[in-house]
Amino acid sequence: MRAKRRARDEWIHWARKKPTQALTSLVGLFLIVYLLLPVWHWAVTDANFLGSDRSACVGGGACWVFVRERFHQFLFGFYPADAYWRPLLTVAIGALSIGLLFVSRLGVLRLLIFVALPFIAWLILEGSLLGLPPVATDQWGGLLLTLIISVTGIAVSLPLGIFLALGRRSRLPLIRWLSVAFIELWRGVPLITVLFMASVMLPFFMPLGVEVDKLLRVLIGVTLFTSAYMAEVVRGGLQSIAKGQYEAAAALNLTSFQTMRLVILPQALRKVIPGIVNTFIGLFKDTSLVLIVGMFDLLGMVQTASTDPEWLGYSLEGYIFAGAMFWIFCFAMSRYSLRLERQLAYSSVERKQLT
Amino acid sequence: MNESPNLAIACRGLEKWFDTFQALRGIDLDVKSGERIVICGPSGSGKSTLIRCFNGLEHHDAGSLVVAGTQLGTHGEGVEAVRRDVGMVFQQFNLFPHLTILENLCLAPLWVQKRPKKDIEDQAMEYLRRVKIPEQAHKYPAQLSGGQQQRVAIARALCMNPRIMLFDEPTSALDPEMIKEVLDVMSELAASGMTMVCVTHEMGFARQVADRVVFMDKGEIVEAAPPEEFFNRPQSERTKLFLAQVLQHT
Ligand SMILES: Nc1ncnc2c1ncn2[C@@H]1O[C@H](COP(=O)(O)OP(=O)(O)OP(=O)(O)O)[C@@H](O)[C@H]1O
Ligand SMILES: [Mg+2]
Repeated sequence: MRAKRRARDEWIHWARKKPTQALTSLVGLFLIVYLLLPVWHWAVTDANFLGSDRSACVGGGACWVFVRERFHQFLFGFYPADAYWRPLLTVAIGALSIGLLFVSRLGVLRLLIFVALPFIAWLILEGSLLGLPPVATDQWGGLLLTLIISVTGIAVSLPLGIFLALGRRSRLPLIRWLSVAFIELWRGVPLITVLFMASVMLPFFMPLGVEVDKLLRVLIGVTLFTSAYMAEVVRGGLQSIAKGQYEAAAALNLTSFQTMRLVILPQALRKVIPGIVNTFIGLFKDTSLVLIVGMFDLLGMVQTASTDPEWLGYSLEGYIFAGAMFWIFCFAMSRYSLRLERQLAYSSVERKQLT
Repeated sequence: MNESPNLAIACRGLEKWFDTFQALRGIDLDVKSGERIVICGPSGSGKSTLIRCFNGLEHHDAGSLVVAGTQLGTHGEGVEAVRRDVGMVFQQFNLFPHLTILENLCLAPLWVQKRPKKDIEDQAMEYLRRVKIPEQAHKYPAQLSGGQQQRVAIARALCMNPRIMLFDEPTSALDPEMIKEVLDVMSELAASGMTMVCVTHEMGFARQVADRVVFMDKGEIVEAAPPEEFFNRPQSERTKLFLAQVLQHT
């Protein structure tokens, strides 16, 4: 109560002292409310939430019935409805391993779990190796597909990117040259081209009779593409480490492998956490490009559903839903990166600078 | 070669080139076990280059160099064996900023010497007490003053149980009020009988602690003598000029 009054007094004091500032702030606040009010009406007060088909859309505002009716498809694509427990189990395992990311005591181990995740996911979702009815990968879709592509891409591109960055600084000219060629090749090509190559061109180059699953091809394409970017982010971190660190390690008789693993990489990687997470977020959003090779991720499913004659005219609701889902995941990643940075900060002083 | 067994460092006709620039022009220097050498000289005279040759951070191009009984080759042959017996302290401390003080001290003993962790930590704490900062063991380097960091760097090198310690301008990056605490630690180390080669411009330290002062200029050793002789009766003109410049500030 007292705190509230003190806060109010501070506001009044501020308004008396800086009247123009107070006035412009008020006008600004008014404008924001004025402009957002129609959005509020459309999305909430005039909107429809109940019902099961388009006849329920009567209020003149948004019709969220569309999203509700197609919700399971947005999440799972064309995955058979009687087997929804499998993607749910997969996501639960995924969430559990993400939860483990917060247990700092596990150290590097938590990253290993992430590397195993794609394989576990495939076992459960595809199912034939576990004796479950097989579900072909072209039936996987929606948010499930988005998560599969981005988690695999994230889990594989980071280690691969580190190897490429180290290769680029190798003393052996062949390794250096190969790394540079790989990085520049993949960075120089748009992701759309990579996806087209993976889905359309690659089968032509395969030996007759050998068929690689399209999802796998797309996954490899996306992962290699991302690892080229990751390599450059990591290289930036490596370059920021002073020569003295290498010399101190050498003087202590650490081998060059130990120096990299114990001294250089831990410092280099934590310096580029924002860049790494930035690349992850980019990858997460870029997954929606798989639509153009006939795969239906979250955005793809929304788009497909809104061309259904039954729901023509309600695509905006679908896109807002998809956008909100993407935003939630990206925001979560960004917060995790901040948390990680704070956790790894060398001192409390440095920790305070991160907000 | 007439190697005497109690020579810590035997250096004959040592030459070092950086591309077309010759940084060392035939250095002859013997350091006996337990001897304390101070190397001084103007900037760019090759002091760092010489001392870095002693633990293989630089590879010499000609001449012969035997450190702690191991011949160092021109392509770094033998560095691993040499570094087992040689510790080094740098001007910029070069502590590992992502590790706590204790972890800094224990890293190399754990991974290189592979001794039991308990032993290593006990020994590390013992050295931290010797450099008078045991209470900082669980802080990070960034939380320590420059003088404290340099004392940690000395303790870190000592944790590898070296027979020879190299110092490259250990106090040059420090504020004046912190120089003494580092020099005190070095003096104590000298009193314990450690073989030491120090590049430094602290002439007071040289006078009190050194057995011999070596003056370098343009990649050569111009003069080497016990401190009393070196400071009171310098032989060469270049030494006199250098001393006049350095002592004028102290
Ligand atoms: N890595 C290198 N590449 C090229 N030249 C170098 C390199 N290291 C040293 N030099 C040159 O060799 C000479 C001797 O350098 P060194 O660092 O040994 O001097 P110093 O006596 O330690 O000087 P200071 O008192 O400034 O530390 C200098 O002229 C320097 O420019
Ligand atoms: Mg120097």
